[in-house]
Amino acid sequence: MADPNDTLQKTPLHALHVSLGAKMVPFCGYDMPVQYPAGILKEHLHTRDKAGLFDVSHMGQAFLSGADPARALERLTPADVVGLKPGMQRYGLLLNDEGTIKDDFMFSKLVGEDALYLVVNAGTKEADFAYIAAKLKGVAALEPRPDRALLALQGPAAAAVLERHSHGIDKLTFMKVTRCIVAGAPAILSRSGYTGEDGFEISIEAIHAERVARALLDEPEVLPIGLGARDSLRLEAGLCLYGHDIDETTDPAEANLVWSIAKRRKLDKDFPAAEKIMDRVFNGTPRKRVGILTDGRAPAREGADIADKSGKVIGKITSGGFGPTLNAPVAMGYIDSAFAADGTEVDLMVRGKPLPAKVAPMPFVPHRYRRAI
Amino acid sequence: MSEVRFTDQHEWVRVDGDEATIGITKYAAEQLGDVVFVELPEAGRKVGAGGEAAVVESVKAASEVYAPVGGEVTASNPDLTADPAKVNVDPEGDGWFFKLKLADKAEFAKLMTADQYAEFVKGL
Repeated sequence: MADPNDTLQKTPLHALHVSLGAKMVPFCGYDMPVQYPAGILKEHLHTRDKAGLFDVSHMGQAFLSGADPARALERLTPADVVGLKPGMQRYGLLLNDEGTIKDDFMFSKLVGEDALYLVVNAGTKEADFAYIAAKLKGVAALEPRPDRALLALQGPAAAAVLERHSHGIDKLTFMKVTRCIVAGAPAILSRSGYTGEDGFEISIEAIHAERVARALLDEPEVLPIGLGARDSLRLEAGLCLYGHDIDETTDPAEANLVWSIAKRRKLDKDFPAAEKIMDRVFNGTPRKRVGILTDGRAPAREGADIADKSGKVIGKITSGGFGPTLNAPVAMGYIDSAFAADGTEVDLMVRGKPLPAKVAPMPFVPHRYRRAI
Repeated sequence: MSEVRFTDQHEWVRVDGDEATIGITKYAAEQLGDVVFVELPEAGRKVGAGGEAAVVESVKAASEVYAPVGGEVTASNPDLTADPAKVNVDPEGDGWFFKLKLADKAEFAKLMTADQYAEFVKGL
């Protein structure tokens, strides 16, 4: 019988992961490192303490070009794309015609370039690219860039480390983006990430990926970090994981992502299902995405029911696990809006037993982005 | 004289007279990764061979621990509640899960010896 791993794709850093002793697992069609010998707990804590290097080359990178690609992209997202200044990056939701969430993604306007640079999720990239290309046919052209690798360097020491390989990067503050040279390779560098820490995402041609990754890993502050810690870091930071916390059954209002809808867009109501979404923004939704902290040490996992104190099911956990920085379980999920206020006491049903828990504000661990002063 | 045997679910059981001590193997602890929580059975609970007896949770996931042999639980490891990482440090020693009064010694004899288990793990 054929080895099922034969059909998995490999990122340009696959051989490096294996040589570093990573435990490889199938993820979104790729053979990816879930952890290295240090283990998830140490990798997580190290990223918050110093710096961690992540291979996120499985994510989808693309350029969107045309007469006015920003105006075109606004047909599919409620974010302010037209108003994005050169040298800036922004978060957006890709909506389908019903106004539910097809994906979440980052888009950038590089200085002196007409095309927009997009990064979408690994598991949705084929569908996203087909959707964007079809919806914007004749208006804008999408060029996927599978020839590019993507690294993330995250943590309080990330800037000091990167400065050694790309002089002058500290003037790049949170959500700024530039083309520059990193360890000798031409890169698209943004100050952003998925951990809640200061950090960078580095897009480079695949042929340079291993050399750049090794140069960063040679720095004493840097450890390689797998997908396991990536998940616990983003959960502590209160960030959504597509396919779990948001998907095509959730909309921006109930997902608590209304901040990603620009004011102008709210007024103009010119995005997919805008009337419906804005009605839900103003009049409320039956359920809401919230953070939840349990009293004990037992984590509640994805799929666990949320119950009120009488035992009635009032929601479901969509992401749950152990937060190494908090040294306690952390979770997020959707709950009946009547119970969505911070501090509301609920139970999480784990192996048939109620675990006392409270609705809690996110992020669980404060963000430490390097914002412009 | 005590003897240790193993299951294909990666539990170990050490029998001393009619007392059995149960934990998870080094291989299981490595596969799980950092253990952050354990749920242990209370003394007095009766478990059957192969029945769910405990839960071990790592950062990644929750796993059931099955009783390799049946009997009445006499004690659970109090140190694991405060310091679940003991399971990773010494899985086949200080990281034991629970003890029970063995109901049927024949169940124990059916389990894998250390050599058989080593072979079994090699094949995984």
